[in-house]
Amino acid sequence: MPDALLIQLIVNGIVIGALYGVVGMAFVLIYKASRVVNFAQGEFLLVGAWVCWWLVAKWQLPFVLGFPMTLAFMVAFGLLLQVVLLRPLIGEPIISVIMVTIGLSIVIDAAMKWMFGVTAQPFPQVFAVPSIAFLGLRIQTVYVMSLGVCLVIMAGFAWFFKFSRYGLAMRATAFDQQVAQSLGISVRSVFAASWAISAVVSAVAGVVVGIVNGVSSALSSFGIKVFPAVILGGLDSVFGAVLGGVAIGLLENLMHYVDSRWLHWGNLYHVAPFYVLVGILMLRPYGFFGTRDIERV
Amino acid sequence: MTLLLPAGDYRTTYRADTTIFPTRGSRLGVIVFIAVLAAAPAVLDKHLLSLLIQIGYLSIAALGLNILVGFTGQISIGHAAFFGFGAFASAYFANAGIPVVLSIPLAGFATTAVGMVFGLPAARLKGLYLAIATLAAQFIIEDFLNRADWFTGGVAGTIAPPFSLLGMTFDTDERYAYVVLVAVILAFVLAANLLRTRDGRALVAVRDHYLSAEMMGINLTKYRTLSFGISAFYAGIGGALYAHYLQFVSVEGFTLLFSIQFLGMIIIGGLGSLLGTLLGTAFMVLLPEVMQAFTDALAGTPIDSALGLRDSLAYLREITIGLAIILFLVFEPDGLAHRWRQIKAYWKLFPFSH
Repeated sequence: MPDALLIQLIVNGIVIGALYGVVGMAFVLIYKASRVVNFAQGEFLLVGAWVCWWLVAKWQLPFVLGFPMTLAFMVAFGLLLQVVLLRPLIGEPIISVIMVTIGLSIVIDAAMKWMFGVTAQPFPQVFAVPSIAFLGLRIQTVYVMSLGVCLVIMAGFAWFFKFSRYGLAMRATAFDQQVAQSLGISVRSVFAASWAISAVVSAVAGVVVGIVNGVSSALSSFGIKVFPAVILGGLDSVFGAVLGGVAIGLLENLMHYVDSRWLHWGNLYHVAPFYVLVGILMLRPYGFFGTRDIERV
Repeated sequence: MTLLLPAGDYRTTYRADTTIFPTRGSRLGVIVFIAVLAAAPAVLDKHLLSLLIQIGYLSIAALGLNILVGFTGQISIGHAAFFGFGAFASAYFANAGIPVVLSIPLAGFATTAVGMVFGLPAARLKGLYLAIATLAAQFIIEDFLNRADWFTGGVAGTIAPPFSLLGMTFDTDERYAYVVLVAVILAFVLAANLLRTRDGRALVAVRDHYLSAEMMGINLTKYRTLSFGISAFYAGIGGALYAHYLQFVSVEGFTLLFSIQFLGMIIIGGLGSLLGTLLGTAFMVLLPEVMQAFTDALAGTPIDSALGLRDSLAYLREITIGLAIILFLVFEPDGLAHRWRQIKAYWKLFPFSH
């Protein structure tokens, strides 16, 4: 007896999970290239979504114009952050780097609330058809779109790392900075590029979520949810981030189902990923696809 | 850390080298400082006194975090959750009929137990992975506090009876300040002495080079978990003092942002410095006050109306907290304690700079 709610939640889980996966990839990209853990990843979504909303809703620009402008802005944003904040910290202990990105996330979060308020703002209608029928289910067009966007980004990442010159340079840098540098790769520009790409990709995810749910500070929760996802998949695996993201998205929504059906705890779905996170860290800290460089002591 | 001793003043024994007060002046300074604090309730107005009490209990919790982060080199992004747990635990024990004097240390031990549970990953993980594990701890404990109505009173919150000793009730700010003062002195004396013992040096060794520490026979698992326990204990005590100060605890306050504020305190003060913990906590408590004064001063000016300062004070505070953390890490990574040492050195070496 297939439950309509269950199927709906599974579909939601895959869509949200794919978005987690995209944000996870952006996170892993920075981590792989420069060993920086970006606690402000969720705020990138927020900035991207607000900028796009501002261009489209406030300035009445058509979406096809506003969206590329947002992406261009995010490139500049990512580069600026890397050059101004993160470059002076290269070689500093990990806690400094973690704390700088945490501080950054607070600043961006509060600044966004200050500038745009705390209420969720809806995007103007982007698609002509609000929902389509699929196997007897009504699925919102944006869901289909967002899944498509995720797949395109994932394919783009795969192509970028496998075939492009810059992707190769990035992999080389991730593997061994010094060797890469001695072979003529500009590690500086690789670091900077990883931040720019990461910001752009996160912003795409932010805009997609913004179109579905409206833009609000709640978006930055993606930056927190990304941790269970990337730890599950392995911190330095792009592929793992995608699978981990989908797994966490599914888990969340299935927990939602379990909760609404039997437990009635109310917010189990919100915490369940963190129980999983602790479990993975205890059993398999390098995740399922990550490099085993954890020393067991 | 270089200690500046006058020429010809050598230490000849280990005892002299590990003494808490290297000179007579330093001891005198601490005594005067405590005397001034003891006189504070009689002199200060209510608002300043409440700030002082806040600095007191927060500095105890921050001290625990500094032992974990500054001395042992671990990291925790879930300190506020432990602080909150301590607050509720103490209120719970006190409501169950245990005298508040006992319920505060009991809450400390209960929080230690919780800290140890989440410290178990700490025994195996370090750096970034540990940070993420404690992030999970923050959310799990926060969720537990939200859900456990029998323990926290749920949305309604819970009432914590006032501190009383020998038939005297410490329910006013003037009286409670002394309770906090005594607790702060005890906490700092304990921490200072911990660092002079074998266990304390082992913690520092774990931070400086954990592999070498292990080679020299230090049980890493033990000391990593231990430092987690100690930090949770201090957080629990701080939280308990907070609960009996307000005499009411509700579940909303113990968020991730609060945890980050604790980290901000020790970074701004100086990692691995007892004095720094105090300075950093004071900085973090007074920062919103300064912001308040700043916006009050700007009230009615065009800047105020252009930015809507009055309505956005909360965001402004958050921004300054974040900015303070970033700026200190970039420009003064050793914190206020380092600046204080430089001032002392300048004073001592005057008029020569080296």
